[in-house]
Formats: sequence, C-alpha cells, structure tokens
Amino acid sequence: MDKAGKQVEVAMKWELIKTYTVTRFIVTEYLDGVYVTLWKASTMHMLDKGGTRMTNFNSTNDEKQLEQFMQRIEANDKIEASDWMPDEYRMTLIKLISMHGMSEIMGALPEKEWVPKAPTLQRKLGIMAKVQDEMGHGQLLLRVTEDLLVPYGKNRADLMQDLFNGDLKFHNVFHMETKTWADAGIIGWLVDGAAIITQTDMLKASYGPYARALQRICAEEVFHAQHGESIILALVEGTDLQKAIVQEALDRWWEPLLMFFGPASKETTGSSKQDLTIKYKIRTKTNEEFRQIFFDKYIPRIISLGLKIPDPTLRYDQDSKLWFYEQPDWNAFKKIIKNQGPRSEARLNLRRHSYEYNSWVRDALSTSSS
Amino acid sequence: MSSDETVMDTGYTEAVTSLLYQLADDDFMYSFRGSEWLGLAPHIEADIAFSSISQDSMGHAAMFYKLLEDLGAGNADKLAHFRPAIERRNSILTERVNGQGYYMETPHYDWAYAVARSYFYTQAKKVRIDSLCESSFKPLADVAVKVRMELYYHKMHWDTWFKQLMSSTEVAKKKMADAIKLVMNDFGDVFSYGDQKQQIESHGLIGSEEDLKGRWRMNIEPFFVSLHLQVPEIPEGPVKNGRNGEHSGDLDEGLATLSEVCSADTAAVW
Repeated sequence: MDKAGKQVEVAMKWELIKTYTVTRFIVTEYLDGVYVTLWKASTMHMLDKGGTRMTNFNSTNDEKQLEQFMQRIEANDKIEASDWMPDEYRMTLIKLISMHGMSEIMGALPEKEWVPKAPTLQRKLGIMAKVQDEMGHGQLLLRVTEDLLVPYGKNRADLMQDLFNGDLKFHNVFHMETKTWADAGIIGWLVDGAAIITQTDMLKASYGPYARALQRICAEEVFHAQHGESIILALVEGTDLQKAIVQEALDRWWEPLLMFFGPASKETTGSSKQDLTIKYKIRTKTNEEFRQIFFDKYIPRIISLGLKIPDPTLRYDQDSKLWFYEQPDWNAFKKIIKNQGPRSEARLNLRRHSYEYNSWVRDALSTSSS
Repeated sequence: MSSDETVMDTGYTEAVTSLLYQLADDDFMYSFRGSEWLGLAPHIEADIAFSSISQDSMGHAAMFYKLLEDLGAGNADKLAHFRPAIERRNSILTERVNGQGYYMETPHYDWAYAVARSYFYTQAKKVRIDSLCESSFKPLADVAVKVRMELYYHKMHWDTWFKQLMSSTEVAKKKMADAIKLVMNDFGDVFSYGDQKQQIESHGLIGSEEDLKGRWRMNIEPFFVSLHLQVPEIPEGPVKNGRNGEHSGDLDEGLATLSEVCSADTAAVW
C-alpha cells in the first residue's frame, strides 16, 4: 500500500474507533503474577466489527503487519508506543501494566499506616521515602498505560473508575491487613523481594516503555528490600516483644507471599495468560518458576535469622532441585481477586472516598486561569 | 558569640536550645500532618510531591533535633517521640488536624486547608530559614543553608497550588477563603518566640519577630494585590501560644500516633 492508501486506512480505523469509544473493563483474569481485566464484550465486539471491515478492505496488509511485528519480537526489537502492534499485544500490555501501576498506588495504603508510626526519625525518613517511591512507580506505570490506551479513547480517570468499580484489580498482597511495625519490615523485605524477582524478569520486555520504566522501578525496589531487611534485622536481634511480632508477621504473610506469584496453572483459578506474555517476550518464566526462585533466595535467609517458616511440609528435593511446599488456600485467593480479601473494601473505600471528596480540586485545575 | 568557642555561656545555650525546639517541633508536626495525606491527594502527581515535601520536612526536623542532641538536650529520637505536649514548642498551626476522621479510615481531609496551611507555613519558614542562614550559631546556619536548598522547591510547589486554586472556580475560591481564615486564626504564634523572645532575639540567632513578619508580608503581598485581595492579618496575642507549651488536643492525638510503636518497648532498639 502506498503512503496515501495507508493514510486513508488509518483515518478510517480511527473514525471507527471514535464512533465506538465505549470502553469499560469487566472480566478479571490472572496474568503474570498480577490480576488483569479483559475488555467489556461490547467494546470487543465493536472493535472486532471494525476489524472485520478493515480486514475485508485490507486483510493481506494486516497479516503482513502481524508477520513483521512477530519478526521484530523474535529479533528482540523494542516495540514503542507509536509502533503498529496487534490488539492482542496491546491489550495484554494494558492489562499487565495498569494492574501493576494500580497495585503500586494501592500498595501505599497498607504501608501508609506505619509512616507516622515508624519508631525512630531514621525509620520515619526511610519509610516515607519508600512509600513515596511506590507512588512514583504507580505514576510512571499509569503514564505508560495511558499511551497504550490512546486508540481506545480512555485515560487515567477511566482507570481510576475501573479500580473503584472493581473492574481493575490490584495485587493480592495489598488486600491483607497490617497489624504491627513488623509488617512494614516484611512488606519491604519479602513482598518487595518477590516483586524484584518477577519485575527483573521483565527488564528485557519487548515493549520498550515498560522495560525502561522497570529499570528505574527495580533499582528502587532493591533499596526497598534493603530497607525492609534492615527493619527485620533490628527486630530479630531485639527484645522478646520485637522477636514475637516479627515471627507473628511472617506467619501471617507466608501464605500471601506464596499467592504473590499466582497459581501454577490456569486450572487453579480458571484462567492464566502466562503463555501469552511469554509468546510476546514480555516475560520469560512461569509463575511456579518465579516461586521457586523466591524460595531459593529467601528460605535460607529467613532460617538464618532464626525465624520459623510456618509450613512443616516444606522441603527441598535434591534430585529435582525443587522446593515442595503446602499449597496456599487458592479458594481464599479467588475471593481476594474478587475484592473480597480482609482489607479489600476498606482500602478501595479509602481511595474512592478521597478521590471523590477532592473532585472539586480536579475541576478547579481544569479551569484555572493562571 | 560563635559556636567555634568551646564554651558557650548559659544564656546563649538556653536561647539556642529554645529556638531549636521551636524549629524542630514545627517541622516534625508539619511533616506528620503532611504524611497523613499519603495516598489521598487529589491526583497522583500531587501525592508524590506532597510526600516528598513531608519527607524533606522530617529530614529538617531530624537535623534540628540532632543539633539539640549535640547541645546535650538528649537523644534526638527521644526528643522527637517522648516529650509530652506541654514540653512541645511547635506552633498551633502545625499540629492542627487535616480535617475530620482518622487517617487510615475515610477521613474528610480538606485539600484547600492543606494548600493554605502549606502556603503560609512555607512562606514563613522561608523568611525564618533565610534569617537563620546568618545565625550567630554556626551549626544552625549550616543546617539552614541545607534546608534552604530544598525549601526553594517546596515554596515553588505551594505557590503554584495556591495561585491556581485562588484564581479558579467559585467553589475553589470559597473553599480557599474558608481555609485561609482557619489558617490565619492559628497564625498568631508562628513568628512568636514566646517567653523566650528577649533571649532569642538578643543573641543574633535569628531576626526579630517583627522583622520576620514584615518580610513575610512583603513576600506575599504582590500576589494578593494582583488578585485585589488584602494580605491576611496575623492575629496579635494568640489565644494559645505553642511556643510556651500551650496546645490544642490535636497535638496529644498526633503524638500518640507518632510514638505508638516506640512506646510499646522503650528499651528496644528499633
């Protein structure tokens, strides 16, 4: 197709999309260690309808573009926001990155409780910096998502509404309650430690903007893990009370940490997009591979600190080089991903309430004369 | 007198100590109230910037408490966490709650109040820090120079917010007017040195109360004039003067949160 023909094609496609900008998230699925959403059927239908029309007009060209795109993926090229990409790829990214971004933002809430309560000036400074970083990651990732959303006429405000409606999910660990200062340590040390494992795997993701955002995010997460480890070290070397709260926190967090990586296969929760993200070279490893890496890295460390892992069946098999462990309650997990976890509604409510209560500010900014 | 002298006379030490408590306690409480906003600001960028400012302010408080520690007043963490309200020297403005409700539930925090408090407080801090850069107590002047570098950005941030909301929708203007009234009601002790006025002012540690008030007014006047508004008046003779240990109940509630963890085991190393 010549240049003029290409412009006509693009213009027609845009017109079609503009006509049908009904874009609401609805179905939840599990993807890459995070929860994601699918597009509402009506939107998919409209896009499909458009696709069909375009296909009639231009099917050879679409196939050629897809082939070229997959060649780029195979060649480890970086895909950029303005590049052509198949809808499946775009949607996989939107689901993954919006969920990641929103989890960073919602993840500030369980830690927030401990920001003013941190027991020394240095701990206060440390956790303030840490939680601020997490909000910064959220902002960075939502910006990446916003660029991907452009063809669908959606923006950040839509993402916030999807979160509030329960259509866009946030990570299972951030639905849990925190009870003591030891929780701040465990979150930094082990939850962020788990995140480092999954996120560093995506540092070479095929989508350039996400891979670059992850460079910074992973660098900061390493500091967070050290911050958490420092809190834990003080507690395990401390008084009886301190030792007791850190063991109690580990007991509570062990199961959410196992859940963090997601079920081993789609049979557990009904769906999984592991294969899709591996196909597009967004990630390289499966959920279970990540979990085993986490065990390899952290089980020796946890034990060396004198802490007890709350799983009597846990053992390492020398032949297979795998850890065998008691499965978490995946039914509880399914409830959590439906926003029925211990603190799901409370945290959503806190975020929703403040967002709505301050809506006058956003109105004011959009009409400010200065 | 210079800090280089190994022995400072008692009056000078007392004056420096009094001033440092006021500076440290102000930033400690201001930072705390800011940190309660974490995750609740009107948009994500505002959240990040506000938490950065709160973090800086906690850093400033930590430096002032450390100076007190160096002067023999006691351990900085203990000074920050274990002094009862009656010993606190922060201004009433910095201890006020952000609005109704607990920070972990669904509080009705008022962004107009947050902006107004931060704007006027930061303008006041700016003139105080500028003056402290010339302080006769060299360690304090050195700290003030560091604070001033960060304060530049805080001031720019709150100036922007203040001006935008003051020149926007009628709803925003009304909310800002209400918030400014609340802030100014509590502003009477911000530039006060309390009972230590004579001591603090006579040692070249910082400018006089009147001098700083005048600079503050001069700095904010052009903006108010541009909007055809009067510069708010600082109330004379505050009903309660935080510099003398007179506080609202908001301070007790805040201190309970700030020291909840370390109070659980005072012998522990955290």
